[in-house]
Amino acid sequence: MTAAIVVRGLVKTFGRTRALDGLDLVVEAGEVHGFLGPNGAGKTTTIRVLLGLLRADAGDVVLLGGNPWKDAVELHRRLAYVPGDVSLWPKISGGEVIDVFGRLRGDLDSRRRDQLLERFELDPTKKARTYSKGNRQKVGLVAALASNAELLILDEPTSGLDPLMESVFQDCISEVKAQGRTVLLSSHILAEVEALCDRVSIIRAGRTQQSGTLSELRHLSRTSIIAETRRPAETLANLPGIHGLEIDGTHVRFGVDNDDLDGAMRRLSELGLRSLISHPPTLEQLFLRQYRDGSTEDQAPVDRDREART
Amino acid sequence: MTRTKDGLTGTATVTGFIVRRDRVRIVVWVAAIAVLVALLAASVKGLFPTQADLDQAAAATNGNAAVIAFNGPAQGLDSVGGEVAFQAGAMGLVVVALMSVMMIGSLTRGEEEAGRLEMLRSLPVGSHAPTAAASLTVATMNVAVGVLVTLALLGQHLPLAGSVTFGVSFTLTGLVFAGVALVAAQVTENTRVVYGIAGAVLGASFALRAVGDIGDGMLSWFSPIGWAQKARPFAGERWWPFLPMLAAIACLVAATGALAARRDIGGGLVQPRPGRRSASRGLGHPFGLALRLQRGSLIGWSTGLFLTGVAFGSIANSVDDFVRDNKALADVLAPAGGGSLTDSYLATSFGILALIGTGFAVQSTLRLRAEEMSLHAEPLLATPLARWRWAMSHLTVAFGGSVIVLFSGGLAVAVGYGFGGGDLTVLPELLGAAVVYSPAMWLLVGLTVALVGLAPRGAVATWAVLAVCLIIGLLGKALDLPAWLMTISPFQNVPQLPAADLSVLPLVALTGIAAALTWAGLSGLRRRDIG
Repeated sequence: MTAAIVVRGLVKTFGRTRALDGLDLVVEAGEVHGFLGPNGAGKTTTIRVLLGLLRADAGDVVLLGGNPWKDAVELHRRLAYVPGDVSLWPKISGGEVIDVFGRLRGDLDSRRRDQLLERFELDPTKKARTYSKGNRQKVGLVAALASNAELLILDEPTSGLDPLMESVFQDCISEVKAQGRTVLLSSHILAEVEALCDRVSIIRAGRTQQSGTLSELRHLSRTSIIAETRRPAETLANLPGIHGLEIDGTHVRFGVDNDDLDGAMRRLSELGLRSLISHPPTLEQLFLRQYRDGSTEDQAPVDRDREART
Repeated sequence: MTRTKDGLTGTATVTGFIVRRDRVRIVVWVAAIAVLVALLAASVKGLFPTQADLDQAAAATNGNAAVIAFNGPAQGLDSVGGEVAFQAGAMGLVVVALMSVMMIGSLTRGEEEAGRLEMLRSLPVGSHAPTAAASLTVATMNVAVGVLVTLALLGQHLPLAGSVTFGVSFTLTGLVFAGVALVAAQVTENTRVVYGIAGAVLGASFALRAVGDIGDGMLSWFSPIGWAQKARPFAGERWWPFLPMLAAIACLVAATGALAARRDIGGGLVQPRPGRRSASRGLGHPFGLALRLQRGSLIGWSTGLFLTGVAFGSIANSVDDFVRDNKALADVLAPAGGGSLTDSYLATSFGILALIGTGFAVQSTLRLRAEEMSLHAEPLLATPLARWRWAMSHLTVAFGGSVIVLFSGGLAVAVGYGFGGGDLTVLPELLGAAVVYSPAMWLLVGLTVALVGLAPRGAVATWAVLAVCLIIGLLGKALDLPAWLMTISPFQNVPQLPAADLSVLPLVALTGIAAALTWAGLSGLRRRDIG
């Protein structure tokens, strides 16, 4: 498998602001890659560099084997883009906008366009001024999905879509994936990420925090445990990887790094295990930790375990 | 109940916010109008230094329908004040009306269309507060214009009563058209249509008073501009024509309140029509899209220049009577090469038309920056559309549209000239005399592209450059500006046809500079970040 996008050490500054600070991103061909991070982390800036709209200050960026700044026009024949806030010309109808983009890209498939209009329940005759936020996004999505582009770059494409349309979108992306095409999906909708993405990259403050499959990321996280033991579990505090320990008589709750799970379980059974409930980390917990902490190490454990318990 | 009071909750805060946001625009409008009136008053004093000059101009004006149509009723022309009111009156009133319409349009419907009003209205802000704040701001601007205009005239040692009447007529005219724009902003959901409706009312007001002033003055009573002029500044002032203006302002404000209660936020009283299901063939090409986006503006400017051109052309035949013995005025019109006064007048007219038409050229070029800032350019440039091709699509409209706008103006001058009894065989010559200004307009297009490409944040500065060219072109001779200063305006370097001979060299030079600036701008655009 070759990589559709390879970004190494990307730096982009705006005046004194360092928007991207050595960002890395690898998207393999044929995968759906989740691009996640808190607001202002640099997702849209990265995407604009990938589109050749912004020039990188430092670092290497290879998109579909080319240089996104120098080979912009050639590369754009092979990709389709949906911005997070589709801004349209107020007096031009949605149908016209879709056609304009299709013709500029040179691969307008009007049959597929009509199918997509139907699936997304979009009225193409309305002037863009009268579309709601969700309907403007649909215009952008139909324009992009009606193409045969081998790479889709989607920047929070479903913001404003209703759950029904969200599921139509997920179906469409699954089809795109089945055709072996590549998708870079920036999103805050975790259910969408979980359903669609093969791998994810989490960025924060212009740097890549984590990259991998969801199960790999889960492994980096910790499991929450609620247990009852015959003897009070004070000795757990001496073990590595234990966080937010709360002991109430024979009842105990704590979070444990997955690498240290085995040791913790052994200690619990030594203490005489009566009951045990364990929760794998939810996606929310995973992301909250990544977004908030910045790193998995060197954090005050108390702080970190607040969300593990919620 | 306290409904009305609640409806205005937060007006003061919103007004403060408007002033903070738009302080530059507010100050520039008010100062520009005051300065223009002051300059015009000064130039009238220079043009008619003696009572004999005034009397002669008055005699020539009295029977001249075309001049009256353009400026207003011939009243009090034997005094400097009367002549100032005549020269500055109609145009000044139109400009103050435009100020009010543009400000009200963008502060009310413009904010609403952009979705910003919605956020404001979700706060504990009364439903009428945003409109009230916009009205308060624009009303204050009009009062400031009136006061400054009065002070400007007093500064030229003109009589107090006339100066005050003239100032008040500016304030009230501005307020009437602010009211028209307020009502229009309730009717349609599109800000540009607000400008269109209010502009049409302004045009009709101007036309009604033009026809009225030529005839028995009856029709002028149906026009707000007519009311303002019926107050006769410097010609036996009377205050009561201001009463219908005050009544109109009250009615328009009441109508705004009533209409606003009948519509939803974001909506209008008129529902929009559906658009096309799919794009026509031309729209798939970048140029087709640019033309579609700028079509309305091109048609609007061409029509505006046509109407102005007809007015200019219709006066051409009577210029000789008007200017014959006035050396100062003849000097202003005199071209470098000599020739008849009519030809000089026509040449000057084309210069003015070209300057006005350059408004289109600059606006059209700045569309590039507007498309970029509104994020419309981003998804387009994410398709296989090279930046320079995207830029050229709009620049083609700017370059070609400049010629079309000039052509429309030239045609109109010829039509007006023909109507006024002139010889229509000169049509090709007059068209040529208009279109010869294209290279000067292109130079400003080039300058704008250079700024958009190399210093995008300062791109609006081209408007200031155009303003300097306008002052040089309109008032340069009257103000006795030095020759070197005059020649910095590209428009002064264009051969003044039909009064002077055609010389190709300056045209080639202007085109060359325009091309170089365009090239610089395009290469800057290729190198810089978008957005």
